[in-house]
Amino acid sequence: HLATSLPLPPERDHLRPRIDLVAFMIDIKSKYSLKNVEASLAYVDDSFFLGKVCFLVTGVGRVNYCSIEMNAIRNLGEVYCSPVLFCELEVERSQVATAQRLLRTLEICAGHVPGVSALSFSSLMRNCADD
Amino acid sequence: EAAPGPASVMESVEGVARTLLSFGRLSRGLPFGRAHGLSSRDPLLPLAPRSQENADPQRTAFLLRKQWTLYSVTPLYRFSNAHLRDYARLLSAFIAAEKQKGLAVEVGVELDIKVAVSSLPYLKGSDQDQAAILVQLSSRSPASPKNSEEKLIWSGWFCCVSGDDLSKNVPEDFTCLPLFLVNGAECYTSIVGSWFQKTFDCSFRRLAISPLILSWMAAMWTGCKVDKTASAMELVFSVPCLPQPLDISYAIHPEDAKALWDTVQKTPGEIIQEEVDVFMDCLYSHFHRHFRIHLSATKLVKVSTAIASAHCDGIIKFLQSQYLTGVLMLLTELAISQIE
Repeated sequence: HLATSLPLPPERDHLRPRIDLVAFMIDIKSKYSLKNVEASLAYVDDSFFLGKVCFLVTGVGRVNYCSIEMNAIRNLGEVYCSPVLFCELEVERSQVATAQRLLRTLEICAGHVPGVSALSFSSLMRNCADD
Repeated sequence: EAAPGPASVMESVEGVARTLLSFGRLSRGLPFGRAHGLSSRDPLLPLAPRSQENADPQRTAFLLRKQWTLYSVTPLYRFSNAHLRDYARLLSAFIAAEKQKGLAVEVGVELDIKVAVSSLPYLKGSDQDQAAILVQLSSRSPASPKNSEEKLIWSGWFCCVSGDDLSKNVPEDFTCLPLFLVNGAECYTSIVGSWFQKTFDCSFRRLAISPLILSWMAAMWTGCKVDKTASAMELVFSVPCLPQPLDISYAIHPEDAKALWDTVQKTPGEIIQEEVDVFMDCLYSHFHRHFRIHLSATKLVKVSTAIASAHCDGIIKFLQSQYLTGVLMLLTELAISQIE
């Protein structure tokens, strides 16, 4: 399900399936996208931040278009205890690789992978990113 | 205590009726800069350009109000200040050879090109810096009399202002002059560039300036004091994802911009990312209130202030001699971060 911001419209609540993962998309070229994500984060229940939220940052291939400071993004990941994935969605290879990663993350968050919980997986991803 | 909240700062912007806003100058989209890496920066960038009271405006006048295209240059191997005349001679021969090959220059014009290479010792930040080196190409048409004036057709200068970060890490035989500024035809730039590359084993890359860095420049330069009546501060934005490229020009009265910046900035002489963000957010909110357009979703491509103007393609114009070194210091740092 794709939304431009949160909260989701309440009228469709009863039709919506269970949400296992929330991926917030930030475009490094648009400061506005960061502001939008920051505002939307307020509408996410605390329980999601135990491994069911991640930040997807696109546009990193073209750093001379950068309108967002890297520290701001890292801080977001730290404050909300969620992993930050960098990608370049305008490049097909990166699109495919990112989709695969998200799908894998979703499988774990939905509980389809025995022995791996959403929380343990997200801590693993965050620790790897720091290295 | 936290920085003054956006609400209180916006009140000062609100109260200012003199702010000029111009919108929607439909112009052809500017070409985007090349993809260059820029390392993530510490919250504290170099201090805002300080006014140099003892700067000799006459010596630097020829650098002002000209459009300079920026390049980063890797350290030059075995370059010596003592051989500038020899370099001029060798470069001159190289240009003549290129002309013979038919590679040089403007079609249909037969020019006699003279090369001058000189040192600009007053253009440096610290004593560790290398003195700036100026290369000038001038021409005289062979048809005109021998003693007629030569016309300057191309200038390029290498400089390093407070480039200690680079120079201290570089072996003895290398000279650090990471910033190269060019004014003149591209054909000459590529000839002079190839000669330097071949002779000193260095490489040139166009220096792109990201919107993030442009906002820093806007904030930094707005805070600089200027004696005479300053020109308006202008920000140009390019709107993405439209069938026809659209540029938005946002002009702000310089006193209003400075008043806003003075409210935001806490420690004089020091600037942090948070302050730049608040400054820009106020300008964007003000624009949004009037035009319902989120400038933060567009790309900032050009910043013009009273002391200098900068374009994301890596083009700069210096407007005040007393801030020349200050601006060069920031550009040197950008060039160094592109090299590393």
